[in-house]
Amino acid sequence: MRISDKFSELKRKKEGALIAYICAGDPSPDATKEYVTALVRGGADIIELGLPFSDPTADGPTIQAGIERALNGGMNPDIYFRTVTSLKMHIPLVVMTYYNIIFKRGLEKFVKDCAASGISGIIVPDLPPEESGELAGFCKKNDVDLIFLVAPTTTDDRLKRILDEGKGFIYLVARLGVTGVRADVAASTRDIIKRVKTTTPKAVGFGISSGKQAAEIIQAGADGVIVGSAFVDIIASGKDVPARLEVLAKELKEAIS
Amino acid sequence: MIRELKSTKFGKYGGQFVPEVLMPALEELIEQYEKYKDDPVFNEELNYYLKDFAGRPSPLYHAKRLSKEYGVKIYLKREDLVHGGAHKINNTLGQALLARYMGKKRIIAETGAGQHGTACAMAGAAFGIKTEVYMGAKDTVRQRMNVLRMELMGTKVIPVKGGSQTLKDAINEAMRDWVANVETTHYLIGSVVGPHPFPTIVRDFQSVIGKEVRTQIMEKEGRFPDSIVACTGGGSNAMGIFHPFIEEDVDLFAVEAGGSGMKVTDKEALHSATLCTGEDGVLHGMRTKVLQNKYGQILESSSIAAGLDYAGVGPELAYLADIGRLKPCNSMDAEALDAFNDLCMLEGIIPALESSHAVAYVKKAATSGDLGDVVVINLSGRGDKDLETVMGLRK
Repeated sequence: MRISDKFSELKRKKEGALIAYICAGDPSPDATKEYVTALVRGGADIIELGLPFSDPTADGPTIQAGIERALNGGMNPDIYFRTVTSLKMHIPLVVMTYYNIIFKRGLEKFVKDCAASGISGIIVPDLPPEESGELAGFCKKNDVDLIFLVAPTTTDDRLKRILDEGKGFIYLVARLGVTGVRADVAASTRDIIKRVKTTTPKAVGFGISSGKQAAEIIQAGADGVIVGSAFVDIIASGKDVPARLEVLAKELKEAIS
Repeated sequence: MIRELKSTKFGKYGGQFVPEVLMPALEELIEQYEKYKDDPVFNEELNYYLKDFAGRPSPLYHAKRLSKEYGVKIYLKREDLVHGGAHKINNTLGQALLARYMGKKRIIAETGAGQHGTACAMAGAAFGIKTEVYMGAKDTVRQRMNVLRMELMGTKVIPVKGGSQTLKDAINEAMRDWVANVETTHYLIGSVVGPHPFPTIVRDFQSVIGKEVRTQIMEKEGRFPDSIVACTGGGSNAMGIFHPFIEEDVDLFAVEAGGSGMKVTDKEALHSATLCTGEDGVLHGMRTKVLQNKYGQILESSSIAAGLDYAGVGPELAYLADIGRLKPCNSMDAEALDAFNDLCMLEGIIPALESSHAVAYVKKAATSGDLGDVVVINLSGRGDKDLETVMGLRK
């Protein structure tokens, strides 16, 4: 399913989008299908499935630990695409990975593998628009959305370029820093939601873990929220994981519906 | 070959592969560096510190007994004699001063062996800028003396417990800190690595080494050397001595750490010879040669010399290697130790294990004729920090 179709559908239903992140293969390749299914059952609208990289510089301790568990569990790009294919998703799935993983596989092959396995979009946290030309070309050819991030530090000139080139949704980084659970909604988050004016859907990530935060962000004008570390924390605990993933997804989704 | 600061690449290498949040900081750094690099006031102040604080120029020493033993005329560029005992101070004084001119209140850095961290601590204290250094938890134990040195100068040392707990992970953590504090903080990268403009800035500040050699060798030999040999991890001492000679008819040898052999598994390499065996990839904000597995996961590298123990290498070195302007080569742990002993016994100089790799290569290659008649070795640091390692191996 195309990301834009999903957001149109949610707009009609007047719902905010819940984009749920977990790292594929955390803690083992077999676990992913069950966990993704639980998130979907809980009400996730889009799944952001991490493809682990050994040196994740944009991620905080929680997701770093998840990535490490996944790598130790044997996850790799070949298994990743096989897993995604087997999911037979009815909602959009986007891959989040670092550029070297894509680069090493070959940009064209990576994008074709995405298209063939049913992946709708690609998020690469260490790939600013300056370096993305070639990948964007392959994405366009294969109908895969290349999703860009906007940060609180992004200047107006850069913002214009990102909005021109961004596809699927614009990923607003809620605050300076890496991924991880925070208790509040920062003032900078409201500022960035207001500052980014575009017809492309806007989703906010970094630090969101509760229904209350999610609701505040949707009320501030975002079209979706991205939640990762809170789900990864549940996986890390190893206790009752699918049920608890579903409960948290449900809490978040209800808060923004 | 000399390129504008505006270009972010060396051939296909280099670039800016960083999170969006850092891009404006890199743009600001390019702009400010452009503004100050030829500014007379900035340069006068930097030169003052290089001379009266760091002790430059460092001597170019004709190592007579080593020359006789190895069979080629050898000059040592004595970076081991500058303040702190390594070339690292050239870059930290330059960047810390730049940070002060830019109005940044805080400096962060990564360090492996602790040499760059120590040089940051010295510059931070001298300029009165708050300094914090990330260091792999394993390295804080291996290089305890440098942790103490940094702390004595008021620098906070933060042990990094993630990943392999070495240099690569310290860089990851410093980048995460920078992402969170980019508005007030300058990330003082210690080698010719990272996103543009760092490889260019660090090279420029380290080029003082090669510029001095140009003058010194003319005084002593009336000509340039036939070859220059420098050890290469990230590559800052190598680029510093090579760069002023790029346009000259001088052969350049980048000596990497051969570790305990060229063997590689799915997770680790027994060496750190990135120019020799690495593959095109993207790490720490730059496209360069990288030690990686078939899926693009970065390998843990290995070397007896912590300062060479890195899975990447400066993008300009990767470019110069590709076009054939420099020759990548390597020395194994055991060869470096052997050369370390030679320099101790024949010249009364205790070299850093890093620099010993360059000496070891000269020992291997001297009689082949590849190095010509007159060789300059960049003796990038002194070996006090390595005594425990070396004595431990002798037992």
